[in-house]
Formats: sequence, C-alpha cells, structure tokens
Amino acid sequence: MTESTSKRVLVTGLSTYWGARLARELEQNPDVEAIIGVDSADPAGELERTEFVRVGTQHALLRRVVEAAEIDTVIDTRLVVDSTVTSPRRAHENNVIGTMNILAACSGPNTAVRKLIFKSSAHYYGCNQDDPAFFTESMGRPHPPRAPIERDIVEAEASIAEFREKNPDVCVTCFRFANVLGPDVHTAHRRLFELPVIPMILGFDPRYQFVHEDDVVNALKHAALHDLPGIFNVAGDGVLAFTEVCSLLGKQFVPVLPPWGTGLATQALRRLGIVIPPEMLGQLRFGRGTDNRRFKATGFGYRYTTRETIQKLGEHLRLQPILAGVREPYRYEREVEEFLRWSPYVRRGREEGERPPLPSVTQLSELQKFLTAYAVAAPGGGEPRLTRAEGAPEPESIEVVEPEPARVPVDDYDDLEAEEVISLLGSLEGAHLMALRAYEEANQGRNAILRAIDGVLARREPAGTR
Amino acid sequence: MSPDRTSLRPREVEEEVIGTTAAGLPVKRGDLRDYLPAVETDRQVNDWGRSERVEGLFDKTIVDFFYNYWFRADVEGIENVPPSGGALLVSNHSGALPPDATMIAKAIKEEHSHPRPVNITVEHFFKGYPGFSMLIPKIGCVAAHPANVHRLLYDEGQLVLVFPEGRKGTEKLYKDRYKLRRFGRGGFVEAAMRARAPIVPVCVVGAEEAAPIFAQVNVLQKLTGLLYFPLTPTFPWFGPFGLLGFMPAKFKLRFLEPLYFNEDRMWEDKALVQTVAHEIRARIQENVLDMLKTRKSVWFG
Repeated sequence: MTESTSKRVLVTGLSTYWGARLARELEQNPDVEAIIGVDSADPAGELERTEFVRVGTQHALLRRVVEAAEIDTVIDTRLVVDSTVTSPRRAHENNVIGTMNILAACSGPNTAVRKLIFKSSAHYYGCNQDDPAFFTESMGRPHPPRAPIERDIVEAEASIAEFREKNPDVCVTCFRFANVLGPDVHTAHRRLFELPVIPMILGFDPRYQFVHEDDVVNALKHAALHDLPGIFNVAGDGVLAFTEVCSLLGKQFVPVLPPWGTGLATQALRRLGIVIPPEMLGQLRFGRGTDNRRFKATGFGYRYTTRETIQKLGEHLRLQPILAGVREPYRYEREVEEFLRWSPYVRRGREEGERPPLPSVTQLSELQKFLTAYAVAAPGGGEPRLTRAEGAPEPESIEVVEPEPARVPVDDYDDLEAEEVISLLGSLEGAHLMALRAYEEANQGRNAILRAIDGVLARREPAGTR
Repeated sequence: MSPDRTSLRPREVEEEVIGTTAAGLPVKRGDLRDYLPAVETDRQVNDWGRSERVEGLFDKTIVDFFYNYWFRADVEGIENVPPSGGALLVSNHSGALPPDATMIAKAIKEEHSHPRPVNITVEHFFKGYPGFSMLIPKIGCVAAHPANVHRLLYDEGQLVLVFPEGRKGTEKLYKDRYKLRRFGRGGFVEAAMRARAPIVPVCVVGAEEAAPIFAQVNVLQKLTGLLYFPLTPTFPWFGPFGLLGFMPAKFKLRFLEPLYFNEDRMWEDKALVQTVAHEIRARIQENVLDMLKTRKSVWFG
C-alpha cells in the first residue's frame, strides 16, 4: 500500500451513510493517525478509533477543532444530493451555508489543512435537451438550474471553486458522483426501482449512469491516499438506456407519466406514495452521461460497471422479500469486539481467522529474556535487520542484511508470527510493551503488532489513571 | 485551398495536460483514449443509446427495401471513406423526413470493404420530443453537440455524418432544390480539425425529388411543436406515416476525396475554418450540379 498523504483527517457528516463508511475504511489504514468525525447527530454505526465530536457546521467551533487537532485533511461527505431525504430549506441550509462554514473553518490563519475533499454530485450538470452525451469536468451547465437541489449544488461548488482560488496551496478534490445504487444506500432511485412496476415518461428512454456505493467510498479513500487536485466525475463504466435498466432488474416499465404536464402527474403519484423529485424528473426525460475517464487516469479502478451495479441491486432486491423480517445475523457489539481484539485469552479468529500456532516454551522464555534485555539496553541498539515480511508467500524473500548484534537475543522473537506476539501482549507490563513497540517499529514494523500494542496500552491507560 | 499552412503553433492536441495521476505524473488529453469503457458483450445497446436490435430490424426491412428497390441507389467513390479511424462525412441535405442520411449509412454498410456503423448527427430537438427521443438514438443518431462529435471522431474513431445546412436544408422548398444553403458557422470543420479526422464530402442526388416540399405551414408548426410542418405529396394527408411516403426517385451518391488536417491547432484560425467550410460547400455544389447535368431521368437515372 502506498503511504497515505493524509495523516490527520476530519470527516464531516459522520452520521450519514457516507461519513460512517468512509471513517470505517480509513480506520483500517494505519497511516492515518487520527480520524475525527463531526456531525450534529450521533453516528449510527460503531466506530473503532474515530473520535466523534458533536458539532454542526458552526464555523467558529469547527475551526477550533480543526486547529487544535492539527487536521491536515478535511473530507466533506455531508452534501445532500437527494431532495427526498429532507426539506428544501434544510437542504439549502446544509448544502450552501454548511459548505461555506466548513470552508471558513478550513481557512483559518493557523490552519494545517492542506487537502480538502468535497463530495458533490453530477446533478451539478443537470439534465437538459441540449446536453452533450458525456459531460466532462470542464463543462458547465448549458442552462441555469431549476430544481432546488441542483441550485444548491451549483452554489456549493461555486464556493469550493472560490476556496480553491484563494488557497492555491491546498489540494482541493471535488467529486461529482453519478446516481449511487447499492444494497445499503437508500436513494430516490432505489425506491423507484423497488416498485413492482417502474414508471416512465411516455415516449422517453433516457440514458442512465450509476455508481456502486463501494466505488464511492473507494473514490473518497483514493483521494485521501493521493493528492488529486481538480474536479472528477465518478460514475461506473457504461451508460444504459432506462429500458435496459428495467430489464436487468427484471421489472416491467410502465410509461404512465405523460410527456406534457409531467409535473402535475408526479403530484398525483405523490398522493399514491411514489415520490419523484424534480431533479429525477429531468433525468427521466433527458437522461445524463458523464465522462469518467479523467478519474480513471489517476489510477483508480472501478469495481463495478453501471450494468454490474444494477445487477447487484437486482440480486439484492430479489432476496429482500425472502430475507424480510430475518434479524441481522451479526451485529456489532463493542464489548465483544474489544474482547476478541485484545484479550490474551482469544486464540482463534484473530486477523486471518485462523488459529495461530501456540508459541513454544523456549520461544516464550526467549521473548521474556529479550524484553528484559532490550528494556535495559539503550533503545536503538538493535541494528536494522530485514526478515521475512508477514504473510509473504515466497521463502526467497528472506534476506539477512546486517549481522545481528550479539547483545540482543532477537533471533527467536523475529521468528514469531504476528499472532503469536499479539497473544502474549496481555501478559506483559507497560514498560515492556513500550520497549517491544520501539523494537518492532525499528525492525520489522509489522502493523498488526504495533496496532495491537497501541490498543493494549490505550486500554490500560484509563484503568491506571482512574 | 491549402490546409497545409505552417504559421500555426506546433502543439499537439494530445499533449494538452489536463490533470495528474496519483503518482503526480501529468495526464494528457490523448491518454484518456486508453480509458474508454470496455465493451460489455451482453449488452445490445451501446453507451450512446444505439440498439443493435432496433437498428438491425430497421435495416433489414424498411432501409433495405428503400435502398435496393425503391431508390435503387448508385454509389461511386466509396473507397474515399477511410476503412478505419474517425472520419467526418459532410453531405447536402433535403427532404421533410430526410432519406439521405439513412441511404449514406446504408451505402457504407453495403458497398464498403470495411462496413462500419455511421453516427448521424441530428438536432437537439429530437431529444425533447416524445417518441422521437426514444427511437432516434436507437437507430444510430446522436445529438449534434461539438463534444459528441469530438468524442466519436477522436476518442472512439468512428464515422460521423453531419449536414452543415441543418434545418435550413430540410426546410427548403422544391423550387429551391439542389441549391445548397449556408454551411452553418463552420463548426464541423473545427470539430474535424480538433479531432484530426479527415472530412469526406458526400453528394446526394435524388433526395430532393423523393421528398419534395411544396409549402411550409407555420401555424401548424407552432401548434404541433415540430421543427417544421411541410406539405408534401403524402404529408399530412396520410397522417404521420405520410412522412415516409417517398417518391421512387433514383438515388445517386458520390463520395469525394477526403480532406486531411495534419497541422496542429488549425481550428484556432477562424479564417482558415471558414475558408475550408466554403471550399467543401463549393465542392459538393459543383459535384451535385455535375451529377444533375448527366442525369437523364429523375426516376431512372
């Protein structure tokens, strides 16, 4: 894995689906030292090491958080791009005023922010009669926006562009995501596709492009790992006709919406509980395609094409009635997770899910001996030495570069697998743990071990201060 | 006319830097061609909305009938259409529901050694009109947007057919037949220069007699919201299908020698663009008159 260019990250909208998923992904990356999530509501899912701060988009408070935590990267996932989730007034407040405040928080005099990642939407382009078949990032809208949510997005992007101009040393990445689909995310389009028959406008077969939820999260992560200044369209490969989408989902389409007076007809449908927001109405008439190649050129690989995204959703929707009412088989329980992760009594199911071989008695005593010797000896006494990387399949990669110093009996320790070391951590003392961490960092630097030691230390600390 | 001018800045269009990769290396516009989406073989509709099935159905029935038996099309100079890579076909235009576009596409499919689909550019109007909006892309038409033409020519290397006369060509009455209208603002030349694709001028004779327009009714045009409302021998007397009521005139198609644009950034010279546009118009007009001169009968050629 390449080293992340973002070390201390602030994620806005932590309580939204995107914020939570992104934070969980970033937690897996050991290069990211600190993850702070802000939102005005409590996060829904469980998070391992993300620090949650309940703060809305008040710029004064946010700026204090950003400056105090020396945040270097702000990832703004909070933009509302679906007008069915909230009222237009609240969406405007969040999208336009909220974006302004977050930018204000990033541009303080003592700020360490050097990267801003903004999640926008392809609704920026709108849907019009005289659109090109594939929008590229440099194209603007041919006409001013009419749908309220599109207006908000255009305004939010305008303030992003202004921020980019005023802060040329900050790497600003702006993503324009196509309509997102996936098993976990609920959007207006998802609800449309869940209907037994799918309504269409009579005489129109729009072109549609979707992106899978996993690709959205991966795109945000890709931008956190690398410096990608500029605007990028993110959409799955392939643009499908709406009738093609329906047939992939195995559903019948019904052209019930009249081509003239469509707005009135959607009002009638709304009474029946079928909500078609204005921005979707434009898509159902004219459709939209975007050119996703610029982002691909930065080295990003999509996991799903538009067609595969729809197929995945179709599979999920077919299983939904069968699995309805079945309780989630696995729920995140913090206490259980903590036990499984850190307790020395847990022997199997850690990391690779396999039972680690038990360390032999001699190995244990060697380790104890080493630790005492190492804690006494000056740190850094051990010369750097390369041994087999963890999990490397070929034994050819074993190479001893430097002769080991005689003073430290490190031989057996280096032969221990990561799981074996981790299973011993619980029985070690604080000073020994620190010594072991320093040694591991200087030598093999196995992330699993380092993280485990940090975890044990973190858990012990409050117990000691109490 | 000489497209081989040297006074222009020598900078390749492919060299234009539009961003950086994750590793910080520059991304050039030309590189993006490597990132075109792969073809998904299970699909019958392509990214432009063209449907193999619908197009094939039309091709095997109506188009085949008109091409072989009704218009009995004669084709010359088909070898001037390049067998691969992007090329812009430029033709004269006529007819209420113009038969010339389909016949040019069919000619390449039938007569060329490397048959390829032709993308026919149409007005944006069709995207907004119910029914047309559904059908038009399925049979291989794309909206005449400069970005669409560029992508087709440069990135995908396809054949694109444009009618620079546009609406003015199809609106014109029978008495003005074979008098070419103004060739727009030369946007098609600019598109070809940007994409470095050759322009192949095409002359069509017979289309004016196949679908003669005697008058335009402006009141009905406003009422129906159509592009125009023509009076033809069969329309509107036989309803919308009257637009398909073509006269059995003999069709003659002539593909002229292609023009190549090998200089960089030629499109920046607006005067050159206009000169080339005029030149192409003159060539087509000249050849159309030449074909008319030798035509003994409207119906039998």
